[in-house]
Amino acid sequence: MSDAAATGAAPADAMIVMSHVEKWYGDFQALTDINLAVRKGEKIVLCGPSGSGKSTLIRCINRLEDYQKGEIRVGGTRLGDDARTIDAVRREVGMVFQHFNLFPHMSVLRNCMLAPMRSLGASRAEAEATARALLERVRIHEQAEKYPAQLSGGQQQRVAIARALCMKPKVMLFDEPTSALDPEMVKEVLDTMIGLAEEGMTMICVTHEMGFARQVADRVIFMAGGAIVEEAPPQDFFSNPRHERTRKFLGEILHQP
Amino acid sequence: MGEAEFLFLLTGLKWTVLLSLVGFAGGGICGLAVALMRSSGIAPLERGTAGYIALFQGTPLLMQLFVVYYGLALVGLKLDAWVAVAIGFTLHASAYLGEIWRGSIEAVPRGQTEAAKALSLHYVARMKDVILPQAIRISLPATIGFLVQLIKGTSLAAIVGFTELTRAGNIVSNQTFKPLLVFGVVGILYFLLCWPLSLYGAHLERRMAVAAR
Repeated sequence: MSDAAATGAAPADAMIVMSHVEKWYGDFQALTDINLAVRKGEKIVLCGPSGSGKSTLIRCINRLEDYQKGEIRVGGTRLGDDARTIDAVRREVGMVFQHFNLFPHMSVLRNCMLAPMRSLGASRAEAEATARALLERVRIHEQAEKYPAQLSGGQQQRVAIARALCMKPKVMLFDEPTSALDPEMVKEVLDTMIGLAEEGMTMICVTHEMGFARQVADRVIFMAGGAIVEEAPPQDFFSNPRHERTRKFLGEILHQP
Repeated sequence: MGEAEFLFLLTGLKWTVLLSLVGFAGGGICGLAVALMRSSGIAPLERGTAGYIALFQGTPLLMQLFVVYYGLALVGLKLDAWVAVAIGFTLHASAYLGEIWRGSIEAVPRGQTEAAKALSLHYVARMKDVILPQAIRISLPATIGFLVQLIKGTSLAAIVGFTELTRAGNIVSNQTFKPLLVFGVVGILYFLLCWPLSLYGAHLERRMAVAAR
C-alpha cells in the first residue's frame, strides 16, 4: 500500500529504479514492497523514525545489504548476485556514511586517491590531481597531508564526500551524514551537499535535516516500518502531510507540541 | 669453559636463528592464508581452518615435530630433518599466527570494509590497502609475543637431531661439568635474540600509533 505505486512504469531518464524490493533479517521484514524511481539529477530526502528501513534501503542500492525479492537497476545495470554487476554499480554510486569511515592509516590525500587508482586504473598523477581538485572543492585542500584523526568531524565528513566524488559517481547516497557531528559542524557539511545538489548530482539523502530537505529536495519520502508511507515535494510534505504517521513524525522532529 | 666451547654454543645459536627464521617465514605466509580463510565468510573454509587451529593449538609442539619426523617416516615418507622441522614449525606457527591475525582482522571496524566496498575496491585491494594495515597494528603485541615464544620453542628441534642452542648447551655442560655457567651463557644468548625483537615491536607500535592519531 505504497504511494510509490505510481512509479510502476519508470521514467526513461531514471537513474535508480527499485521495484518490489523486499528484505528480511530472518523473520523480521526490514523492507516491504519498495518501489522507487529516481530520475537523473533528482534529489531525494528519505526520512522516518529510527528502524524504519531508510538506511537499509539506500544500502541495498550499492549492495552493502542484499535483498530477497524484487529488482534494483542503477543506470540501466540490473544489480545481481555476481561480482561484475555489483562492481559496476558501486563504481557509479558514491556513498557517505554517518561515521565517515575514512581510512585512519592514510593521509587525507591517500584516502581520496586509493579507489581511483585501484578500481578505475587511474595513474598516481591523475588520481592526485583529481583528489586535490575535489579536496579544494570541499575547501579542505590545505589539510591534504594530514591524517583523518587530526581533523574535526565536519572536516572528516567533507573529506569523505570528496573521497566518494573522486570516483566520479553518477549518484551519491548519504546515510545520515550529519548525525554524528557536533551541532556547529553540521552547516559546513550541509553546505557542501547543497553545492553538490546545485551542480546537478543525483542524490538520495537519509537525513533529519528538514531545512536541507526544504531547500534542495525534489521529493521527500517518509518511511515507517520498512515501507514507504508517503512521498511528496517538500512544500506539500511539510505543509500538508496526508498520513497520520507522517504528521506524528513531523510533529516530533520539528519539536511542535 | 674455553673458547672452543663458546664457539660451539655460537654454532648452536646459528641453528636457533635459522630455525626461527624458517618458522617466521613459513608461519607468516601460511598464517596469513589461515587468517584470510578463517575470516572469509565462506563456511567450509572457516570450518576447515577452525579445525586446523584447534588441532595445532591443542597439541604440544614437541609431539607435532615427532609426528612429522618419525611418524611420517613410519608410513614410508622419510623427510630430511630440515624439511621435517620446517613443516613442523610452519604448521605450528601458522595456526597461532592465523588465529591472532583472524582476531585482528575482525577487530577492524566494519565501517572500514563497507567504505572500501562502497568505493568498489575489490577483495585484494580491500585487504591489502585497508584492512590488513590496520589489523597488523592491532595484532602487533600478540604477534611479537608469539614470535619470541617461537624462538624459544626452536629448542624442541633437538629431538630430531638439531644441535641448536639448548642442545649445544647441554653437550658443553656435560663436557665441562659447569651447568650453571654454561646455561647462564645460553640464557644470555637467548635473551640477546629475543629482547631486540620485543624492543622492535614496541618501537613499531609507537610509530604506528603516531601515524594513526
